[in-house]
Amino acid sequence: MTLGRFLLGRLIALVVTLLLASLAVYGALYLAPGTPISFLTRGRTVTPEELAAIKARYFLDEGFLSQYGHWIAGVLHGDFGTSIIGKAPVLSLLGGRALNTFMLVAFASIIILVIGLTVGITAGLKRGWLDRTLMVGATGAMAIPAFVAAIVLVLIFAVNLRWFPVFGAGDSLSDRLYHLVLPGVALALASVAYVARLTRAAVRTEADSDHVQTAVSRGLPRGAVISRHVLRNAMIPIVTVAGLTIGSLIAGAVVIEQVFQLNGLGSYLVQAVGQKDFPVVQAIVLILVAVFIVLNTVVDVLYAVLDPRISAGRQAA
Amino acid sequence: MSALLEVDGVTVTLPVAGMQQPVLRDISFTLGQGEALGLVGESGSGKSMTARAIGRLLPPGAQCEGRISFDGDDVLAFDRNALRRYRTNGVAMIFQDPRASINPVRRVGDFLTEALCTNGGLKQDVANDRAADLLDAVGIDDPRRRMRQYPHQLSGGMLQRVMIAAALLIDPRLILADEPTTALDVTTQAEVMAILDTLRRERGVSMLFITHDLELAAAVCDRTAVMYAGSLVEEQRSLNLDSDPLHPYTAALVQARPDITFTHDRLLAIPGRPLSAFEAPAGCAFGPRCPHSEPACAEAVPPLLTVDTGRSRCRRLPQLRGTMGQKSAEWL
Amino acid sequence: MSILAVQSASPEPVEMPTSSAGRRHRVGVGTWIALGILVFFMLVALFGPLLVSTDPSSISLMDSFGPPQPGHPLGFDGEGRDLFARLVYGARSSMLGPILVVLISTLLGGSIALSAAWIGGAYDAVVARVIDALFAFPGLLLAILAVSLVGPGLLAASIALSIGYTPYVARIIRSAALQERSLPYVSALTVQGLGGTSVVLRHILPNVSGIIVAAATLSYGYALIDLAALSFIGLGVQPPASDWGVMVANGIPGLLQGYPQASLYASACIVLVVGAVNFLGDRLTEAAEGGR
Repeated sequence: MTLGRFLLGRLIALVVTLLLASLAVYGALYLAPGTPISFLTRGRTVTPEELAAIKARYFLDEGFLSQYGHWIAGVLHGDFGTSIIGKAPVLSLLGGRALNTFMLVAFASIIILVIGLTVGITAGLKRGWLDRTLMVGATGAMAIPAFVAAIVLVLIFAVNLRWFPVFGAGDSLSDRLYHLVLPGVALALASVAYVARLTRAAVRTEADSDHVQTAVSRGLPRGAVISRHVLRNAMIPIVTVAGLTIGSLIAGAVVIEQVFQLNGLGSYLVQAVGQKDFPVVQAIVLILVAVFIVLNTVVDVLYAVLDPRISAGRQAA
Repeated sequence: MSALLEVDGVTVTLPVAGMQQPVLRDISFTLGQGEALGLVGESGSGKSMTARAIGRLLPPGAQCEGRISFDGDDVLAFDRNALRRYRTNGVAMIFQDPRASINPVRRVGDFLTEALCTNGGLKQDVANDRAADLLDAVGIDDPRRRMRQYPHQLSGGMLQRVMIAAALLIDPRLILADEPTTALDVTTQAEVMAILDTLRRERGVSMLFITHDLELAAAVCDRTAVMYAGSLVEEQRSLNLDSDPLHPYTAALVQARPDITFTHDRLLAIPGRPLSAFEAPAGCAFGPRCPHSEPACAEAVPPLLTVDTGRSRCRRLPQLRGTMGQKSAEWL
Repeated sequence: MSILAVQSASPEPVEMPTSSAGRRHRVGVGTWIALGILVFFMLVALFGPLLVSTDPSSISLMDSFGPPQPGHPLGFDGEGRDLFARLVYGARSSMLGPILVVLISTLLGGSIALSAAWIGGAYDAVVARVIDALFAFPGLLLAILAVSLVGPGLLAASIALSIGYTPYVARIIRSAALQERSLPYVSALTVQGLGGTSVVLRHILPNVSGIIVAAATLSYGYALIDLAALSFIGLGVQPPASDWGVMVANGIPGLLQGYPQASLYASACIVLVVGAVNFLGDRLTEAAEGGR
């Protein structure tokens, strides 16, 4: 199997998975108690025009697959329907919030990559007390849910020390970043620990491997052994773990945005669930799931690029 | 022949459950320029650990006493730079499992030329030419194409040839070959061994050849040393191993070997199981399994006796000499 | 001279002593402490509410943020509810809810994985693809979607979370079972005429049970966090019922006024239990992998 064929396979799998996921998100409507129309309106008094609009939007007079077909075609054109509460196209309500969520996740990802990899590589290469201390710390940090980390950080750095604001997103870019410090750290904490532990394990496995012993036995300088053999090979599992962990932040962001009252997709999702605004729920879940799927595919592809055993094929002797 | 490598009284201990346990006890031998010495023993007898001690590749926490000198220099006292010089063009290692011992994510060519370019400062294309020539010499067709491939695209036998080429490429004075053919199938074993033996002789490179195969060692080495439970129990010219073993353990190994020309009712086996050095009893380590042992054998570790044709760690050698070579019913 | 190997006379060559070999099967102090924490909180969840007579929901504004006093060892929250009683009653949903998730996901994932590993072929390929597709849904999002359909509460959320966890469990068990299946003893059993079901149930299942238990333990910790998070954002256990996640959320106004007790006590319980579970899960994983 060559890299080209592999990429094509992944691309097809990506499209299929996206379609299945969207089908599941759309089909969820039918899992709800009652008829779709009663679920979509749920006890609210709606005008006949609104009712007609909902019916038209969801093509409720047609068969299920046809309904789904119309809906997904709309989604592909950026039409996620109209918010029942906001009375506006869902897409227009998501834009700014998506940016807030993106910034939060990106900020946390940077923290995870920089600190998680540094700690993991250090612990992996240096045996002894430093390694043990870092790993005990990481194991402890993994037990701290993001929302617990959030309230503890708020208590220490916002309430007591007053270094950072408690809530809100901020205005200018620098102010926004300043407002993102506590949420970003809270969101990243457990993942930093997880990535650090797996990085250490990967580095240690390679450092103890026979091929690294060969490199050492050939008198290569320590730096070359570490960069060309230990880290180069450890990178393969590390990229996978770090990528999947960053993907999982998408769900974690829902909770963190709620704590810090950041107006992002996650807090809007929770709000929409509370207000029974299903078109918004559907749109946000679909977007988050799609991003998650695409990220996973990117990770898969990176893995193949880094590992010739997958990409270079097996045209053996 | 002046000695290139002198190993003198080397004892290695490893931390096990918080205690330093011995894995090698008082190992001594010499290896001349261009000479090959076989080091034979069962799993856990310490033969690989001996090679690791010489290559300064002992696991973390290991303590090594005694003296190892290479061309007159004290290997155990080498600082980082001296160690690099020693590994750059003094000693090269060949490991048992080529598939595990060659980085799977880098090209075969990179593996071959890495040491030349990084340590020797050679230009990449010069290094490539030399690598291709050596691949040709170890019997690999179309070396340029192979160098662009990854290890998983080559067979085990080919990879071990690559390993041998990589070892010879740096023009070492000593090759430490740690069971280089054990992971290969039998027909490939013979080919690879022949290539290693021929190229080494042509270039006058010394070799410490580690194996559990007594006959193989005898076939390619001038002298053979036998290890048991972390100690060297006998060492002599390979030619005499069969006819005049100097230690009951060697005699037992020779007799336990199936013989094509003589049909036994059943194969002969040495009673008991092999020990590692840290399990060895006081006195002679082989004592509990030895048909010739007597109470005095268990009192103190026997010294390495020098006799006319070699050395032996059996205190009863003077009485037993000459009687151990024959197949005897005692083993049944 | 022919090349004939002199094989060691012993069937079991003695391995080199390594520093980790002795440590593997020793049960350390940490394991006992972790087990103690877990058993303690389980007992509290099961029997605590029977022993604590104080009503966890009784509001007394006079006692708002009141300090500990006899009969109320941890003091009161902002509404004057007894914190100790709320922690004990909250242990029920917080500790027992995740068990449901673990049971469903392990049963579902385990049977999918074992059948796929045994039947193999096209069925296994389809299962592997379905597992990959299910990976597309982070458990927490699936739970939020479920809540949006049937309203807030633990049951729907737990079931949705179980489905979200199933691919993770299935993937771990499938790879362990495939590895086990490739071992020579399984071929030997098949050659002896043993049926597939009995090979899977009597031989493969017991041999991968260590991996299953380790995966289940670790997923208990994740499920506890996810369910608490769901309650924390108001989509799980509904106030006034007590739950650790609800307590952390309800405590935030107090925390901002300088009374962080409610949030911190509940947080501490979550962190202690998850820490203990993760620790045990790690040890179980090591033991399961070491034994293979």
